[in-house]
Amino acid sequence: MSETAAQPTETSSARSTSELMAAVEALIFVADEPITTRSLAEILGEGRESVQAAVEALRDEYEERESGLQIREIAGGWQLATRIELHEIIRQFLKTKPSAKLSLAALETLSVIAYKQPVTIPEILEIRGVQSASAIKTLLEKRLIVTKGHKETVGRPMLYGTSKEFLIQFGLKDLSDLPSIEDFEDLVS
Amino acid sequence: MQQAPEHYTFDFETETAEILGDSRDELKIRIGEFAGPLDLLLFLIRQEQANIFDIPVAKITDEYLNYIRLMKSLDIAVAADFLVMAAQLIEIKSRMLLPRDPAAAEEDEIEDPRQELIDRLLEYEKFKSAAQMLYERTTIEQAVFTRGPIETDDNNAEISATVFDLITVFQKVLARQKDEIALEIEREEITLADMIKNIRCRITETGEISMLSFFEEMHTRRELVTAFIAVLEIVRAESVKLIQKATFGDIVLKKV
Repeated sequence: MSETAAQPTETSSARSTSELMAAVEALIFVADEPITTRSLAEILGEGRESVQAAVEALRDEYEERESGLQIREIAGGWQLATRIELHEIIRQFLKTKPSAKLSLAALETLSVIAYKQPVTIPEILEIRGVQSASAIKTLLEKRLIVTKGHKETVGRPMLYGTSKEFLIQFGLKDLSDLPSIEDFEDLVS
Repeated sequence: MQQAPEHYTFDFETETAEILGDSRDELKIRIGEFAGPLDLLLFLIRQEQANIFDIPVAKITDEYLNYIRLMKSLDIAVAADFLVMAAQLIEIKSRMLLPRDPAAAEEDEIEDPRQELIDRLLEYEKFKSAAQMLYERTTIEQAVFTRGPIETDDNNAEISATVFDLITVFQKVLARQKDEIALEIEREEITLADMIKNIRCRITETGEISMLSFFEEMHTRRELVTAFIAVLEIVRAESVKLIQKATFGDIVLKKV
């Protein structure tokens, strides 16, 4: 999906609101990943604001009629997904069981990376008090984290940060959607 | 949307480490998974219902060391990081035993030897809670399903592959290769009876068989062994001779 040069083209679009909503709905449905308002506007040749309004109207419409589907804002884009309450019947159909996909060590490492990024392995060790090499390998393999260059310090250690996949898998709009790390302080004592 | 099921033993709700009771004769324990030494330490502090800002270092250190000894006696590899923490605990414990320098001015706040450890524990616990939050989020996310991928030219583009994809593919190729070899062995498997029949036919047809070239025809170790046994069997039971024309030379199987 190319997201080059966003251009707020003519706002006076040829499409009616309902036509625009229909087009947006179709595109969100076919997109494999959350699709950004910018991409939608580019493909449709519409202004970003009118597209944004159309998506939001669509989202509200799904909401109002209590559809089995929902339009969600994830990883900076829009996604069509099933409603959470329906998970049981879906699992029955798909014959899948929910499973913990990450080990405790991997989740801890991921939380350090998510909040401290970009961060090096020694810095993660400092916080967790334990080697995280295998957890990092798992997270890289699952594409939840990516390398973010080297830190300009002795040994030029590799820097790690979270990926777009992380936002998608954890249902986050963006990193600021994470609760503040300081909020966990209250829980501690 | 179906993914290969992956099951890890850990579950935040059900799996926590627990020391069941320390009776005089036996120590019952259920070892959960501690994510690291800080995790174990937090657990011990909580078990003692101690205040994290006022850790009873002597007691906690003893328990920590007990736990490590137990891990060792159960042949669980104790990670080096656990030992580092043990050393740090002992150091703090001994520093706390030292009498305060009476010459030091009263106002001069002498730093609590535990302070650094407390800071680390507090910092760690924040991330532990954040990890729990992430766990809850994935649980929720797993209840939301999206459409499966649509086949297009783009979504199998090579460009989007990472090194890890490459390794995964390579492993698959390796696995497939293995499978193929396994199949081949199966197909070419030949019984001893068949092998004997085979040799008999050839002797009647050609009068003699060169052992060297006969064995060379065999593709697998298993076949070779079968062929060898078949030759021994034929020589024992029937009127054929093994003739070697020169020392270390080829052996010929010949009808008498």
